[in-house]
Amino acid sequence: MRATLGVFWDRLMEQRWLLPLLVAVGLALAFAIPQFRLVNNYVQLVMILAGINIILATSLNLVNGYMGEFSLAHAGFMAVGAYTSVLLTLHVFPVAAYPGLFHLSVLAGGLVSALLGLLVAIPSFKVRGDYLAIITLAFLMIVKSALENIDVIGGPRGISGIPRLTTLPLVFCWTVALVWLLRNFVYSSFGRGVLAIREDEIASELMSVDTKRVKVLAFMLSAFCAGIAGALFAHLLQFISPRVFDIVKTTEILIMVYLGGIASIGGSIIGATLYTILLEVLRPSTVAGLLSWLPAVVFDPLNEHFIRHLGVLRMIIMPLLLVLVMLYWPRGIMGMRDFRGFIPLRDRLAHRAATPRGPTRNGTADSH
Amino acid sequence: MALLIATKVRHHFGGLCAINDFNLELHQGELMGIIGPNGAGKTTVFNLITGVYRASEGSIRLRESELVGMTPHQITARRIARTFQNIRLFRDLSVLDNVRIAQYSKTRYSPLEALLHLGRFRREEQRIIEHSRDLLAIFKLEHLAGETARNLPYGSQRRLEIARALATGPELLLLDEPAAGMNPAEIDQLMDFIRWIREQFQLTILLIEHQMQLVMGICERIKVLDFGETLAEGTPEAIRNDPWVMKAYLGAEAVG
Repeated sequence: MRATLGVFWDRLMEQRWLLPLLVAVGLALAFAIPQFRLVNNYVQLVMILAGINIILATSLNLVNGYMGEFSLAHAGFMAVGAYTSVLLTLHVFPVAAYPGLFHLSVLAGGLVSALLGLLVAIPSFKVRGDYLAIITLAFLMIVKSALENIDVIGGPRGISGIPRLTTLPLVFCWTVALVWLLRNFVYSSFGRGVLAIREDEIASELMSVDTKRVKVLAFMLSAFCAGIAGALFAHLLQFISPRVFDIVKTTEILIMVYLGGIASIGGSIIGATLYTILLEVLRPSTVAGLLSWLPAVVFDPLNEHFIRHLGVLRMIIMPLLLVLVMLYWPRGIMGMRDFRGFIPLRDRLAHRAATPRGPTRNGTADSH
Repeated sequence: MALLIATKVRHHFGGLCAINDFNLELHQGELMGIIGPNGAGKTTVFNLITGVYRASEGSIRLRESELVGMTPHQITARRIARTFQNIRLFRDLSVLDNVRIAQYSKTRYSPLEALLHLGRFRREEQRIIEHSRDLLAIFKLEHLAGETARNLPYGSQRRLEIARALATGPELLLLDEPAAGMNPAEIDQLMDFIRWIREQFQLTILLIEHQMQLVMGICERIKVLDFGETLAEGTPEAIRNDPWVMKAYLGAEAVG
């Protein structure tokens, strides 16, 4: 029985129509949920957040997982995307009259962020590892304090009164599109160059990989995605301030990446989804709800002392999770592996062990 | 016709002079060896030719183009490939990907086409895969295409490294101690193999080797380095009988 199920599962995973079908079903659901109020607003919010987190995790994985660097700049790129798009929505584009212009402001957020990605790629030509991590951290801090010190855009108070334009179907479309782009990039000669850089940078150069170009492309694509995610995030929260995009935000994305597993798109999707749900579960009100079946004698004091501090505890539990994952589970849930459906068929077939070819072509195989 | 000409190349690391007044003229189709004791600067010569180090002085020319100042990937794209003394495969990647990565400079599609998997992308990817599999077949590695490089036995890793170097499409191949860690029988096979790939891929080969059986067996010309200086250069017979070489290489006692 189990074996048959296994065979069935294998067969199912081999189907080329599976992934497009899942995407189509997802798209239909994404439109149906807000239309017919299939779930309540809270669940819908969590789904939107999961989508944004998937974008953030897969794109950070390109630099931290596939390329093997340790970038801390991701929240900074998010901030750039968020501020750019919000300023365009509020002051440049007449979004109220033409709601379609909102998409343009999201796209602009991504593009400006990609330009800054180029800037961060430049030090990566010279520096690697810890030192590059410090440089990206510095970038994050520069972005934050720059935003804090520009009064026109609200300084440390941030910007409020942003229209809520981010919807579930929109986030779904962006998530699918960006994950698709990232996957395409990974399974191209540039993506293989990214992997080669992680393995051995000098050997990559000597095997003709233009490492500088590959790094620039990877950083820019990663930053572009983060910028889009930031723009969507801002139009969901309806309020942004520099503090929203600090090191805590980067840490969250790091947890998603390492929990899901490095160099894996499927892993990042799982990691981001799990993390989003976990974060909600650990909310004081949710925990209170989950524990409410306890007798009042136990529950009330718990509520009093423990749950009240859970908001702070969350900030301890989550980084602790990152430390534990990196120490004891460095590969994460699916490190260095991916769902078969994400790997182009061409690549899967090429990696299969050769079946004996009969007489060798041109006699090359046995001529020595 | 001279393929590679190095003139008066000098290289120093801080105060240490690793290579001094190095001259080399390598002709098309030649098989030349560089020998010398440990620390003589042999690998440094390879690193200078391939652009890992930038020569402090002098010039290295491939046909008409000056290589000093170019980055390694530019030099590799000009059809010089190499292997490493200590195998440097992309250990966590598949055998196929090791060979595919080496075709980076020969891949003709833009980042945009790569992002959308459109246009020339599909054709190019198919071509790369076919070429890679042909190469792997030549090296009897085709059945291991999906295997992670680190899991291969030592001999296969050595073969894969040469396959990867050839995947860049070189006309000049630099082999850094190809016989390291091999027994005499394997070295005999390796000698046949090197002659065979030279024929098959129309290569000019420059190799570094400690293993005298191999060097004397296949090299047409040998250059002897010691402390960054050229001690002697000539045919295997001439080198074998050169007293200076005997002294530096085999030690004074062997001569005395």
